[in-house]
Amino acid sequence: MIFSLINRKIYTLLKVQYSNMMEYRVEIALWAISGIIPFFMLNIWTNNNLNSSINISAIMLSRYFLCAFFVRQFSVVWVVFSFEEDSLMGKVSPYLIQPLNPFFRYFAQHLAEQITRFPFALIIAFFFFIFNPESIWIPSLGVLFLSIISTFLSFLIQFLIQSIVACLCFWTEKASSIERLLFIPTLFLSGLLAPVASFPEYVKSWIYFTPFPYLIDFPANLLSGNPTNVSLGFTIQILWVLLLFPVFKKIWSAGTKKFTAMGS
Amino acid sequence: MSLKKHIKVYKKFLHTSLASELEYKTNILIDLITAILSLLGSIFLLSIFFQNNGSIGDWEFGEALIIQGIYTILNGITNTWFNPNLSEIVKHIREGTLDFVLLKPIDSQFYISLKKITPSGILEIILGFCLLIYCIKINQINLNLSFLTLFLITIACSICILYSLWFFISTTTIWFVKTWNATEVLRSFLYIGRFPLNSFSFSLRIFFSVFIPIAFITTIPSEVFLGFSQLWKILLEVIVAMVFLFSSRKFWLFALKFYSSASS
Repeated sequence: MIFSLINRKIYTLLKVQYSNMMEYRVEIALWAISGIIPFFMLNIWTNNNLNSSINISAIMLSRYFLCAFFVRQFSVVWVVFSFEEDSLMGKVSPYLIQPLNPFFRYFAQHLAEQITRFPFALIIAFFFFIFNPESIWIPSLGVLFLSIISTFLSFLIQFLIQSIVACLCFWTEKASSIERLLFIPTLFLSGLLAPVASFPEYVKSWIYFTPFPYLIDFPANLLSGNPTNVSLGFTIQILWVLLLFPVFKKIWSAGTKKFTAMGS
Repeated sequence: MSLKKHIKVYKKFLHTSLASELEYKTNILIDLITAILSLLGSIFLLSIFFQNNGSIGDWEFGEALIIQGIYTILNGITNTWFNPNLSEIVKHIREGTLDFVLLKPIDSQFYISLKKITPSGILEIILGFCLLIYCIKINQINLNLSFLTLFLITIACSICILYSLWFFISTTTIWFVKTWNATEVLRSFLYIGRFPLNSFSFSLRIFFSVFIPIAFITTIPSEVFLGFSQLWKILLEVIVAMVFLFSSRKFWLFALKFYSSASS
C-alpha cells in the first residue's frame, strides 16, 4: 500500500516534470551544446602532442574526453538556482505545506531533464565519431552498467552538495554566489578539462581525499576503459553520499524552522 | 540626444544599480574569492599543459599568461556590464516589460545595455591588470607610447566585438523568447579565448576566426602586447569591430520591428 503510493508519487512527479521539460527542448539542446568544452580541451592535448608526456595514447585520451562530456551531461545540477528563485519569489511556502519535501520535486526535475537531454548528447557523440572515427569503441555491458551507476552517484553527490548550499537561502537569500564559488574547484579539479592522471604530484597527493575526482574523472575513466581503481572509487562515492545526506537533512530541518515566508 | 544627457542618465544608472548591489555585501566578497580561484585554476590548467613542453602553438608559458590576463579583463567586463544587462533583455521580452523601455525618451539600446552594473566584475578586471603587469616584468617588455596606444586600440576593439556578440544573441530573444541557454553556448565558446589560437587544429582555428571571432578578441591584443603583431592584423581587427558594432545596431532596430508586446 505504502509502496504503491510512493511509486505513484514518483511516477507522477517524473511525468509532470518530463512534459514540462519537453516544452524546453531547444533550451536543453543548447545547454547540451554548451557542454562541449572537453572537446576543445582534447583538441589542445592532441594537437600539441601533450598526451605523450602523460602516457595516454591519443585514442584513449579522446575516449576519455568523450566520456567526460557524457558524465558531465548527466550530472549537471542547478538546484541552487531553482531554489533561490523560488524562495525569492515566495514560491517555497506552498511547497512546504505539501506532504512532500520540495527537493523531491527538484530531483524529479533533474532526472526528467536528463532524459530529455539524452538524444541531444547522443547526436553530439555521433558528430564526435564522424570527426574521430578511430576512437569508436563499444564498452561491454558490465562496464556500461557500472559507469551509469557511478555517473548517477556523481550526480547524487553534486545534488546533495548543491541542496546543502541551497538551504543556505534560508539565511542569506542569495546562495547562488556560494555555488559559483564551489563550481570553480569542480571545474578544474574534477577532470573535465584535464584528466586527473595528468595533474602534478603535489596536487595528486591530496586530491583523492576530496570529492572532486569522483565527479567526472572516475566515471569517465571507468567508461572509457582507462585504468582506475573501481572498487575504491565506488566506496568513496558512496561514502560521500552517506556523509552528505545527514548534513542535508540537518540543515533542511534547521532551515525550515528559520524560514519566514515572504510578506509575512 | 546629446552626449551630455546620456552621461547624466548613465550616472543615475550607476547610482541606482550600485545601491541595490551593495545590499549584498558578502556576495561581493564571495565573488572576489571566486574570481581569484578561477584565475588560479586557469593558470593551474595552463601549467599542466606546459609541465613537459616548452611551448604550445609557439607560445611559451610567460606569453600564454598574457592571454590569460587579457581574457580575465574581458571576462570581468562581461560580468560587470554585458551579463547583467543583456540577460535582462530575455526577462523584458518574456514579461512584456520591454514596452516600458521602448516608451522611454532615450535610445533603447543605450538603456538596455547599460542599465545595470555588477561591481564584483570590476575586481576581476583589476586582477587581470595585475597579471598583465606581472607579464610585462617576466617577458621584459619595454613600455612606450606607441605600444600602449596600439594595445588600447585592440582591447577597445575586442570589447566592441564581445559586446556585439552578446547583444546579437540576446536580440534573437525577440523571435525565440527563450534564449537563456544561447548565452551559455556563447560563454562556453568564449572559454577558448583563454588559450592561444595556434594551439588548436587548423579547422578549429578557421572556425574561431571566421564564425566566432574569438581569435580577434584575445589573441591579437596579446600579440600586440608582445610586440610581434603585424599592422594588417590590427587594421583587420578595427574593421571587424566596426562591422560588428554597426550590424548589431542594425540588427536590434530590425528585430524591434518584429516585437509584439506580451498580451497584445
